[in-house]
Amino acid sequence: SFGLWGITLLMGLLSVFFVCLFFSSAFAVDRGNFKTCDQSAFCKRQRAFKPGQSPYRALLETLELSDSRLTLQLINDNNKVHLLLELYRLQGNMTRVKINELKPLKPRFEVPDVLIAEPPTDLSVLSKDDNGVVLSLGAESQRLIVSARPFRLDIMEGPEVLLSLNSRGLLAFEHLRLRKDTNKEEDGLWEETFKSHTDTKPNGPTSISLDFSLPGVEHVYGIPEHADDLKLKTTDGGDPYRLYNLDVFQYELYNPMALYGSIPLMLAHNTQRTMGIFWLNAAETWVDISSNTAGKTVFGKMLDFVQGSSEKPQTDVRWISESGIIDVFIMLGPKPSDVFSQYASLTGTQSFPPLASLGYHQCRWNYNDQEDVKSVDQGFDQHDIPYDFIWLDIEHADGKRYFTWDPHKFSQPKEMLQGLMDKKRKMVAIVDPHIKVDSGYKIHNEITSKDFYVKNKDGGNYEGWCWPGNSGYPDFTNPEMRAWWASMFAYDQYEGSMENLFTWNDMNEPSVFNGPEVTMHKDALHGKWEHRDIHNMYGLYVQMATAEGQIQRSGGAERPFVLTRAFFAGSQRFGAVWTGDNAAEWDHLKISIPMCLSLGLVGVSFCGADVGGFFKNPSTELLVRWYQTGAYQPFFRAHAHLDTTRREPWLFGPENTALIREAVRQRYALLPYWYQLFFQAYRTGMPVMRPLWVDYPKDTATFTIDDEFLIGSDLLVHPVTEEGSRGVTAYLPGAGEVWYDVHTFQKHNGAQNLYIPVTLSSIPVFQRGGSIIPRKDRVRRSSACMENDPYTLYVALSPKKFAEGKLYIDDGHSFNYDTKKEFIHRSLTFANNALTSSNLCPDCNFLTSSWIEKVLILGASKPSKVVLKMNGKETPVDFEFDSSMSVLTLRKPGMNAGDDWTLLLQ
Amino acid sequence: MTCLHLLLTLVFAVSLGTPVEIQRPRGVPLTKKQFYEESKPFTCLDGSRTIPFDRVNDDYCDCKDGSDEPGTAACPNGSFHCTNAGYRPMFIPSSRINDGICGKMTLHLDISPQQCSMHGMVLHLKFFLCTDCCDTTDEYNSGAKCENTCKELGRKEREVLQKMAEITKEGFLLKQQLIEEAKKGQQEKQSKVTDMQENKKQLDEKVEALRTVKETAEQPEKEAKERHLKAWEEQKAAIRLEKDKAKMAETFLELDDNADGFVSVSELQSHAELDPDADGTLTEIEAQGLMGGAEQVDTSTFESVWPKIKDKYHSESQAEEPAPVETPPDEVKEPVVDNDSEPYPEDDISEEEDEDDEDEDDYHEDDDKAQPTIKTPEKTHEDEEAMPPYDADTQALIDAAQKARDDFEEAEKALREMDDQIRNIEKELSFDFGPDAEFTYLYSQCYELTTSEYIYRLCPFNRVSQKPKYGGSETNLGTWGSWSGPENNKYLLMKYEQGTGCWQGPNRSTTVKLTCGKETVVTSTSEPSRCEYLMEFTTPAVCQEPANIDPSPHDHVEL
Repeated sequence: SFGLWGITLLMGLLSVFFVCLFFSSAFAVDRGNFKTCDQSAFCKRQRAFKPGQSPYRALLETLELSDSRLTLQLINDNNKVHLLLELYRLQGNMTRVKINELKPLKPRFEVPDVLIAEPPTDLSVLSKDDNGVVLSLGAESQRLIVSARPFRLDIMEGPEVLLSLNSRGLLAFEHLRLRKDTNKEEDGLWEETFKSHTDTKPNGPTSISLDFSLPGVEHVYGIPEHADDLKLKTTDGGDPYRLYNLDVFQYELYNPMALYGSIPLMLAHNTQRTMGIFWLNAAETWVDISSNTAGKTVFGKMLDFVQGSSEKPQTDVRWISESGIIDVFIMLGPKPSDVFSQYASLTGTQSFPPLASLGYHQCRWNYNDQEDVKSVDQGFDQHDIPYDFIWLDIEHADGKRYFTWDPHKFSQPKEMLQGLMDKKRKMVAIVDPHIKVDSGYKIHNEITSKDFYVKNKDGGNYEGWCWPGNSGYPDFTNPEMRAWWASMFAYDQYEGSMENLFTWNDMNEPSVFNGPEVTMHKDALHGKWEHRDIHNMYGLYVQMATAEGQIQRSGGAERPFVLTRAFFAGSQRFGAVWTGDNAAEWDHLKISIPMCLSLGLVGVSFCGADVGGFFKNPSTELLVRWYQTGAYQPFFRAHAHLDTTRREPWLFGPENTALIREAVRQRYALLPYWYQLFFQAYRTGMPVMRPLWVDYPKDTATFTIDDEFLIGSDLLVHPVTEEGSRGVTAYLPGAGEVWYDVHTFQKHNGAQNLYIPVTLSSIPVFQRGGSIIPRKDRVRRSSACMENDPYTLYVALSPKKFAEGKLYIDDGHSFNYDTKKEFIHRSLTFANNALTSSNLCPDCNFLTSSWIEKVLILGASKPSKVVLKMNGKETPVDFEFDSSMSVLTLRKPGMNAGDDWTLLLQ
Repeated sequence: MTCLHLLLTLVFAVSLGTPVEIQRPRGVPLTKKQFYEESKPFTCLDGSRTIPFDRVNDDYCDCKDGSDEPGTAACPNGSFHCTNAGYRPMFIPSSRINDGICGKMTLHLDISPQQCSMHGMVLHLKFFLCTDCCDTTDEYNSGAKCENTCKELGRKEREVLQKMAEITKEGFLLKQQLIEEAKKGQQEKQSKVTDMQENKKQLDEKVEALRTVKETAEQPEKEAKERHLKAWEEQKAAIRLEKDKAKMAETFLELDDNADGFVSVSELQSHAELDPDADGTLTEIEAQGLMGGAEQVDTSTFESVWPKIKDKYHSESQAEEPAPVETPPDEVKEPVVDNDSEPYPEDDISEEEDEDDEDEDDYHEDDDKAQPTIKTPEKTHEDEEAMPPYDADTQALIDAAQKARDDFEEAEKALREMDDQIRNIEKELSFDFGPDAEFTYLYSQCYELTTSEYIYRLCPFNRVSQKPKYGGSETNLGTWGSWSGPENNKYLLMKYEQGTGCWQGPNRSTTVKLTCGKETVVTSTSEPSRCEYLMEFTTPAVCQEPANIDPSPHDHVEL
């Protein structure tokens, strides 16, 4: 039949294609497939401008001030093009700077759907003279100074400049023009060719650039996604950091090449202040960083200091984007947590995930069939390892037609899902955004009939090659398309789906195997906008529509869980992110820490790396170490390439099975803490997994640490990421503070480098003195099985015999915490020898069966008596005291986890 | 809710069908009842501490070994005993108590006893997944509405056990036969090898003796042939000289057109073929040059001209005839055996040996090759100088030597064949065919399984392959590597390695899992990991002795 021939032909073509694809690169990225700044015409053009006198001048006479904003025209004295500057003083210590053409030939793209709302503004007070304008910003003697000639902006606090814009004169705004008006036919203005792909540029040059100077700043972070250190490096002499969502085959580490996602937010930090620069632009973007102290040795810096001749350290940043407008949000902190909440107020917070999604995920490309799924599921029970989700990659679908099932291998999906449900477990099946062009495929036919595909430059449906062969790409920027897509997740639409089936969006950069840089042509069209304008947010829209679909299928009752590979600012609102196709190498294990830390700093807390490494086969030691590391990272999923050997946790001998079991169990015991942190992230934007400097912003020793990290404020983790390691040196921050080894309860002082001898079973983790962490130490088959289990409170006392913590409980899966306030949120405080649980949400309403089975007080002294005060009654509580480690254990106090109570040590 | 009282449960132990009520704390097996006495403080089973008895099963973990909480989920390492009346008693991890999951056991033939024994249970046979209790006693406080499925399970298990027992029984009998046959076969082969080695010794001696005979006969043969050849060479030289002279005289006459007894320059010039510079004409000067500068030569001086022209000279008598066209070789031309100019038997022998290595059947077809000298006269050439036949004495020596050669070669060949046979049998004997050689019968057999796409072929101790059902070339999935089962029984798995390389991957390999069955069949194949195949194979050879298997529920269990 034609169909069969078609498939055979297609597979043949595909295999030929893969032969080409794979042969071109042997286990490392083929850099030649991706552009350098020099190969990207606008980047080359912009970077050719050197710092100097800016041609832009502010026309003060055009100034207008309304309640919410100041507008002012700028003129480029070289070409007389007028720009419009808008300045907004935003609530929460932020300033927004927008620059657009005053009268563009046609509208320029402004990024929609990323800001959760039009940011509320604050009133400003203005003073003005011939040289410029001074705008007072809020209460704290902060001012924004607009200098007219040349145009520049300075944000001051008292006498100090916090941040300047265009201070190096690199503002460059390529105005829209007609081709006939272009004086010289410069290369790459109206057409650009990379490898065999020609980008027709009907709008000509449209790029924008602006520089920012940060006096007093030596450390900048953020702008993921890059496989690089946490602290951003200077880019002098190399390529800028690139933000352009790309499917990079076997990516290389420690370089500024673009990866799957982009979040154009940079954080600047010094001991006094943390600030943020959010560059709201979805086009291809490059970020240059330079520093006047870079390259100076510590000795050189000291010499400067001693001689008093030092110039103030300063970091200069320059952003370059291919199209759109300049729309920058400057967050002035001053504390790290302030920047997080400022950014969260713009783009939203991390979605609050279902509790189960914080458990362990078992994935592989591919679990072959239902029988395979069943036997892996049983393997976990046989080996007594908990897990919550088993995943199906692209082979589960019928010929890579997403929303369908392979009729032979997965003929009874509901039976399979029911089997998992009986064990309170869940499944994720992949749904990618490329749609097989096949007139026998419902999804394709509907998208075609509704005209929902992205168009090519000539107006036809854009087609490219991906897993299914020739594929169309739905236009996710179209809200109607997204609504339709969401409706496809309804149980009656997505056949074989059930409420325990969730979704994974891969390849949503979008990946186009035969496209320029393995992605979509920039001159493809999304309605009236070019792909060039929206590229970096395509993936965000895919995840947005998918998450919406999952919400809708439950009538708005249940929280979604969607994993994405591509992302943009705001993606945190829709689910989890992973670091893409890494490799089973020690360096890839190491890099998972800075990669997720960087994402956490810019709002995406739900981050993880493929445990074990996607490509290649890990050594047993690497696999064990990766489980131990992954158990302490927010998204905990093992994944493996089709060509690798099987690596379910029990395939490496009983000793290693036991090590992996122990790591996974530690994760499950800490689920109450993780859940509470995600609730906090959802509420405030505080990252769950954080660099040390977030909590110790004045301790310069923490500023470059990225081989250890904090989970919340209270757990410090230094995973073992070196092969054959016999010990690690962990920096314990906080002068005058103490940390307790969570396994031995040994107490260590803060502000020291502590050498910790390790064996293969060691996961160095410390609890901060002064914290209380609730755990569920009865680890079961899945998180849902632990729902009613009792808590053990780990109270780690500070040197002042104080500790505090929080406990959050809800049903774990619905929106009732939000819509009906059905949750328990309690504050736990230990002070004056009394541990008290008090209600943080008196008008909340949730009943739990969980109770407090045990309280461990670390760093305690031996009481003569312990009494539980509850409902006006006092009852004695049994206790034990271990004097060698100063651990007091209260035996079975027994109160309900939602109750008010006090435990008195007498 | 927070206080779970010590619950004593009524447990019905099935013993010869008579229910007996025995009180003991929840989750405690009968065999450990004596450690849990209500009237006494409880000592953790590891002896680590002693606690008041009311702390047993009080939903708080006091003992490091979990022994104080056999009936609750309080201890992370505890285990819960369920009686499962109607099925079989078992331990489950205490983390499964009240987790809301019912004991929905699925038939699972794959579980090795070790995997369950970590929960304190050792079973000889294991069919159902031991994750939850079928009698629902593990879900006494979870709200889950579980059904007691023990009877059903028991029935199913008995069925399976019965069936398995039958299979095992029959299989084991078959295995005994296999062992017998293998032993017999092995003994036969062993004694055959011994015999053959004895024979080989004799053959060795015979070959050496015949070699001496052959060499002895060949020496006089060689000398006689050399004599004969030398005489013939001399004779040939004389004849050739004669002929040349005749030809020269004839030529002189032909050239001497005017018959004046001299050949003149102009007469010579009529033979353009004699042109030394190949420009097509024989000039006067050139002709003179050929004649040594003379204008004409007589017959005696012509003797010095003749050597310069004889190679080119065309006889006038043949000039009108068409040049002899060589007949093009026929497609089915009989093989031009040995060229006439090399009639030396020594060469023939070396040729024969070469051929001999390729094809032993040709060995005796050399008779006609051995006597090329007899056949050559058939081919008529202008050269009539065939070597005269050997004289009778020489021929007698040749015949004697040939016979010695034939005898020697025959003996040597027999020796080689014997070596091969010994080697093959020794190779077979060197395979590990199991503790009782029960796998011997699989040697040099092949078994196939046809799936929707492929035909899989397992040739034990040789190789595994896969061939597309509808055309396409065969893929090697591995050649025999080793037994690779677990330490206690390595004969449960076969490993075939180093098959066809996988693109961007390892070489293909196959693990063959052997299970007891009456028939010898490949029952399934799969590819759990890319290019790592798994084949299931039943054979009586792995059937264990049925250890008085009683298919009714029984307590092998707790140790």
